[in-house]
Amino acid sequence: MSGTTATGTAQPRVARRADVCALACAEAFRGEGEILASAFGTAPALGARLARRSFAPDLLLSDGEAMLMADTLPLGPAPADAVVEGWLPFRAVFDVVASGRRHVIMIPSQLDAHGNMNISAIGQHARPKAQLIGTRGAPGNTVNHRTSYWVPKHSPRVFVEKVDVVCGVGHDRARAAGPAASRFHRLGRVVTDLAVLDFDTPDNRMRLASVHPGVSVDEVLAATGFPLVLPEAGAAAVPTTPQPSAAQLELLDLLDPKGLRYREVPA
Amino acid sequence: MGSKLSSIEDAVAVVESGMTIGIGGWGSRRKPMALIRALARGPATDLTVVTYGGPDVGLLAAAGKIRKLVSGFVSLDSIALEPHFRAARQRGEIEYAELDEGMLQWGLLAAAHRLPFLPIRAGLGSDVPATFPGLRTVTSPYADGEELVAMPALTLDVAFVHANRADAAGNAALLGPDPYFDDLYCLAARHRVLSCERVVETAELTKEGPVQALRINRMMVDAVVETPNGAHFTSCVPDYDRDEAFQRAYAAAAGGDGSGWPAFRDRYLAGDEATYQRAVREDREALA
Repeated sequence: MSGTTATGTAQPRVARRADVCALACAEAFRGEGEILASAFGTAPALGARLARRSFAPDLLLSDGEAMLMADTLPLGPAPADAVVEGWLPFRAVFDVVASGRRHVIMIPSQLDAHGNMNISAIGQHARPKAQLIGTRGAPGNTVNHRTSYWVPKHSPRVFVEKVDVVCGVGHDRARAAGPAASRFHRLGRVVTDLAVLDFDTPDNRMRLASVHPGVSVDEVLAATGFPLVLPEAGAAAVPTTPQPSAAQLELLDLLDPKGLRYREVPA
Repeated sequence: MGSKLSSIEDAVAVVESGMTIGIGGWGSRRKPMALIRALARGPATDLTVVTYGGPDVGLLAAAGKIRKLVSGFVSLDSIALEPHFRAARQRGEIEYAELDEGMLQWGLLAAAHRLPFLPIRAGLGSDVPATFPGLRTVTSPYADGEELVAMPALTLDVAFVHANRADAAGNAALLGPDPYFDDLYCLAARHRVLSCERVVETAELTKEGPVQALRINRMMVDAVVETPNGAHFTSCVPDYDRDEAFQRAYAAAAGGDGSGWPAFRDRYLAGDEATYQRAVREDREALA
């Protein structure tokens, strides 16, 4: 029987790093109510599902194409008999973006201390050293509704002093652009494979909110290309990211039966 | 209702060098690929291309047809970045007017409504004003006084879209779950070319889907071209899904140092559409 040893003693399931990341992404959606949760990457996609199945039941989830799904389905293509609760083609997504009833988790190629985000190009825009996927909906998302970020591999290449192209708008740029830009500008959290970061500081500079179990504060600081804000009491006061409960781990297995999350974050 | 049926070659012959063209679909989904393949082997060049970009951009870039691209991304969906687009950009060959996805829709809608611009919040605070040169803001004349982006109309010389079904007059059914922005491309263009999987009698149009699938009607279309499997290798649901194996082969040939491309081009793109479709069929038979 799974979960039971030969002697019949229950074997406590130990959460792996990817499980912690999925829960940290789920927590981004806590208290969001009846809005569209959009998620890029495995941990965010799982997180949105976990949130809806536990503490944020009113979230709306799409199938990645044009349907809103009533069922909270495992990762992968939706089965043919899955219940559809709404129609959401791309143009309707744009309407939702502008209405503000959405929270997206995007994957930045570069992110700075103010939350400016780049997915357009590395180097000069006219002739990039590396062409990236393109600015997509990042400019509109960030000035219209809450935007969080997922960084599957925390490194100084992602966390940079200055991003090469501002696609997603950070706090400093939103303020400088005036009231129309800052009116609905709300950045959420930044979840990485090492830590949770946020902007809950007086000047909205990025803060180390928690480190994942088994990760040291120094490790996170060394993997970040700019100084992170730490608690006044010092590095020792940085909390540890919560681990999923046994019930949440079971849910994660149900929602990701193939264990795709362990491929995204192998630690 | 007069027939607008046309050959692929005649339909794309309206494109002249220097024109602005718009291409329907999204990423690697329901792209009018038969028309794009014809454009890529035709004489017109120096084009400005407005699109939610996919392999349409890749093929035109590989053929050296694009001067300027107006888009928010160029992706093959299951493969994040279009390899020809990446290569052309990194060689500095394409002027890229990069903008937010929602801004592109607004630009098409402004053109469709014959407005000079539409206000939008997207773009504020970002580098879009730097990557989309000439972009201006507009101040609300009402009490709020908000200063918003004034997205200029993206008026097209020619629009190319691909539908599942159409009649000879240009009434068309988009049978998949997402119409993308194909109707807007048609409304934003002076000349509209619609390809389709199958030309049917008008009475057949509502047989396979709800009336809401008829997003495009004949006053929005100037030429109708029947191109079975004409969106290949992009998806055209419910008729067919994306040909992922073919797309992988395309991306492999287009990627790396580009040395694989000539062989791919010679096998699939050197001839006309019939030659292309024959090669695709031969591939399938070899696998079967």
